[in-house]
Amino acid sequence: MTEHLLSITLFLPLGGMLLLLLIPDTQARTIRIWSLAVSLAALAVSLLALSRFDISATGFQLAERAPWIPTLGVQYAIGLDGISLLLVLLTTVICPIAFLASWNVTKKVKAFHALFLLIETATLGVFLSLDGFLFYLFFDLVLIPMYFVIALWGGPRRLYAALKFFLYTLCGSVLMLLGLIGLYFAHIRQFGYPSFEITQLMKLTLPLATQQWIFWALFAGFAIKIPMFPFHTWLPDAHVEAPTAGSVVLASLLLKIGTYGFLRFSLPLVPQASSDLTIVRILLTLSIIGILYGALVSLMQREWKRLIAYSSVSHMGFCTLGIFALNPIGIAGSVLQQVNHGISTALLFLLAGIIYERRGAREISAYGGVASSMPRFAFIFGVAVFSSAGLPLLNGFVGEFAILQGAFQVSRTWAAFGVAGLVLAAAYLLWLYQRTMLGPITHEENRNLPDLNARETAVLLPLVALAFAIGLYPKPLFDIVQKPVAELVERVHHK
Amino acid sequence: MSYTASDNFALTPEILLVLFGCGLLFAGRRWALPLLYTALVFTAIALWRQNIWLDQNRVADLTAFGGALAVDRFALFFDALFLSTTALVAAISKPVIEKDFPEYTAMLLFAQCGMFFISGGQDLITLFLGLELMSLSFYILVGFTRENRRSNEAALKFLILGAFSSGLVAYGFSLLYAITGSTRLSGIAAGLASRDPHDPLLILALATAGAGILFKIAAVPFHMWAPDAYEGAPAPVAAYLAMASTSAAIALLIRLFTGPLAPSRTVWEPLLIAVALATLTLGNLAAIAQSNMKRLLAYSSISHAGYLLLGLVAGNTTGIKGISVYLLTYLFMTVGAFGIIVIVHHEGAVAQNVSDLEGLARRSPWNAFLMLVFLLSLAGLPPTAGFLGKYFVLQSLVETGHYMLAAIGTLYVIVALYYYFRIVQAMFMMQPSSAVTLVSSVPVRLALAVSGAFTLAIGIYPEPFLRFAESSVAR
Repeated sequence: MTEHLLSITLFLPLGGMLLLLLIPDTQARTIRIWSLAVSLAALAVSLLALSRFDISATGFQLAERAPWIPTLGVQYAIGLDGISLLLVLLTTVICPIAFLASWNVTKKVKAFHALFLLIETATLGVFLSLDGFLFYLFFDLVLIPMYFVIALWGGPRRLYAALKFFLYTLCGSVLMLLGLIGLYFAHIRQFGYPSFEITQLMKLTLPLATQQWIFWALFAGFAIKIPMFPFHTWLPDAHVEAPTAGSVVLASLLLKIGTYGFLRFSLPLVPQASSDLTIVRILLTLSIIGILYGALVSLMQREWKRLIAYSSVSHMGFCTLGIFALNPIGIAGSVLQQVNHGISTALLFLLAGIIYERRGAREISAYGGVASSMPRFAFIFGVAVFSSAGLPLLNGFVGEFAILQGAFQVSRTWAAFGVAGLVLAAAYLLWLYQRTMLGPITHEENRNLPDLNARETAVLLPLVALAFAIGLYPKPLFDIVQKPVAELVERVHHK
Repeated sequence: MSYTASDNFALTPEILLVLFGCGLLFAGRRWALPLLYTALVFTAIALWRQNIWLDQNRVADLTAFGGALAVDRFALFFDALFLSTTALVAAISKPVIEKDFPEYTAMLLFAQCGMFFISGGQDLITLFLGLELMSLSFYILVGFTRENRRSNEAALKFLILGAFSSGLVAYGFSLLYAITGSTRLSGIAAGLASRDPHDPLLILALATAGAGILFKIAAVPFHMWAPDAYEGAPAPVAAYLAMASTSAAIALLIRLFTGPLAPSRTVWEPLLIAVALATLTLGNLAAIAQSNMKRLLAYSSISHAGYLLLGLVAGNTTGIKGISVYLLTYLFMTVGAFGIIVIVHHEGAVAQNVSDLEGLARRSPWNAFLMLVFLLSLAGLPPTAGFLGKYFVLQSLVETGHYMLAAIGTLYVIVALYYYFRIVQAMFMMQPSSAVTLVSSVPVRLALAVSGAFTLAIGIYPEPFLRFAESSVAR
């Protein structure tokens, strides 16, 4: 049992999905409860993995390795380090919340829940894989169910948005595959046998030119996924059209696959290229543009969900800024920011979904003074906004502050731009809050909106609690990522 | 030269196919399918015995007729592929056989016999006869729905262009004989070894023979027949054409281009790259605009031919193995996709348009799911079989330093996904039309289930299938 803890976490949702298919379509309530139970079970197993995790050890823990396609040197290899541990936990926390939030979905209930369980397994697979081929497999496997979630349960432009999301991400992922094949052949050439395993690939010594083309190939996959400016155009469409749970999973989990890819593949496997001055400059510039552009566009948005979507572009810019500061504090901050963005954006999308369900209007101008009719909603929305804007004592602050510290060590200019992004974030988020929640009620329809019910509160409270917990006492998180980040920085700078 | 026991042993599968084929001409409608499957089982046993013989004697091939025919692992792999194709195609042909005549099944066997001669042929004459036997059977099969004018038109067009291409092949082969004085592949190889690869006569021979064979796999610019033939042919025949005819022609190309013509690589490689790129480009771009299901799949099969040619461009062991894996996976997804078309009927006739598949998910979630698997596999997405075929071809291109070709091949996956997902959109996001009915029978369902199971199994646990495909390059 212990030695297969990660496999159990990984395949629990998939197994749950297969059993789910046996439940008749009409039993909507059973389907909902079953999916929630399966995802909670996955959460429990992942917490067990956390309890077995030794933060003082280096390398991958709880690792499982078995030959899978020996002809190709492909292994079924999964394992955890501090970085993947946090993202796995984020996944197992967000998924039950997404199920609980989708209680009101009545269209094709079974397919909806089956697809989300598939997404959970695929996402966990991405974060757990220690083999490039396996990683690619899960990377693509995420796309197919997500396409259907957007295309079947999405908004009016769902077909367009779903296909755009699919094709765009796939375009990056196939180029990433070419990069992985490049590493694979380099490994055959140097060691005489094929392998996709990360720890094997780390032993490679490659000329800078090779590292560079591989870096750009991997970059295509990850930058589109994050998405970095200028590859972000799929994101607003997909986020806006997706159903609430889809937006939540997309923003909280799927975007992290990109940043995680940089940390797991680009930095350790092509360290010289990743610290190459030109490449670092390009990536930092793109990050800064992303931060500022995302923030400025958010300021201009008239639609609630679109604003949150663009704010993701800005916040994910912070993540890449932290990574390519290439120092311990920057990268640690980036990992924390990934978790925090997962929490705060999930909150924002959940809240937007709740109010949309009641009111059916996406425009910000349709709201105003909602706080007086929905005080509890307004309170939690306030927490979400402050968490996202990076207010001290809440989770958002910790990561962004660390990222800025890291950026400051590299260059004051970069840090200054980053700070500007923070100010803008406060501006668009608080302005959103002001326009929707505060002031007199401008539309009669908003006067009698019912406040949060028990289920909705149960959906939101865990995330609010996490936001406060991480904001007040972030030390455990920093401790978890400390070792792997130190190793990573060591690799990048002394290779 | 007398007919020996070993000749007989090497020729057993072909003999069985012809005998059963002749028998089928007299069989009634009811006995057509059982007899056909009996033939396939016997042929499979014959192939299996040849395989065991190779194992036991530890030799590369089983040579017969003084070297005109040689059954090696490569031939056996392709024979097994043809056999499986015929078995699956026959199953989805059940509705056609019921409606028309049992000669249909005989033609399937004759075509397969031709393919066996192509895969095992070591002599230009054997190869040409195999190619002709296969093509002639296909001309008949394409025009099989006699009362349908489109089918007649398609068959006639296919026949005329096909005859022209056969002429080209014959011309190229005769030039090869003129240059080297031998019709045996080994003799040609010896004759060409001492010759300048840039000899104009050799280039002419290579170009004409190559063009003729490329016609059979519908490579651009020899593709014009394919969309019409696919559209006019009954759906199972289109599947047979897409899979078996392409495999046979590719096997022939591999035999010639990595065999006696290998020294002329500097001459044919640029040409082949140009053809492969043109094939990929036209196949993928033209498929976008199609609203007819069979035409769409025709263009998509043209694009698949492009990938197969890229494997030949790489030409190393990984490339050839890549082609074998590609064909193995292509078999199941192609038969599966055409099998779905067979099921869907629009106002009593087999579905013609993408729009006929609208709302299939609501009508029959199971068939829609299978079609989704086949389409994902055709596009080359994991965890389906199609990914593996494309993966090997790309790997062989990277291995041989064709980085640009690898990148282009990769990016066309996106285009392919776009047009395949038009079908997915129709199936899952549209409302069903009342004019559409689903007509299914046990063999068709069985073939679909087998195809779907293999398409997923190869994608999820490919190891045994890769070993099988690897046997094709064991020389």
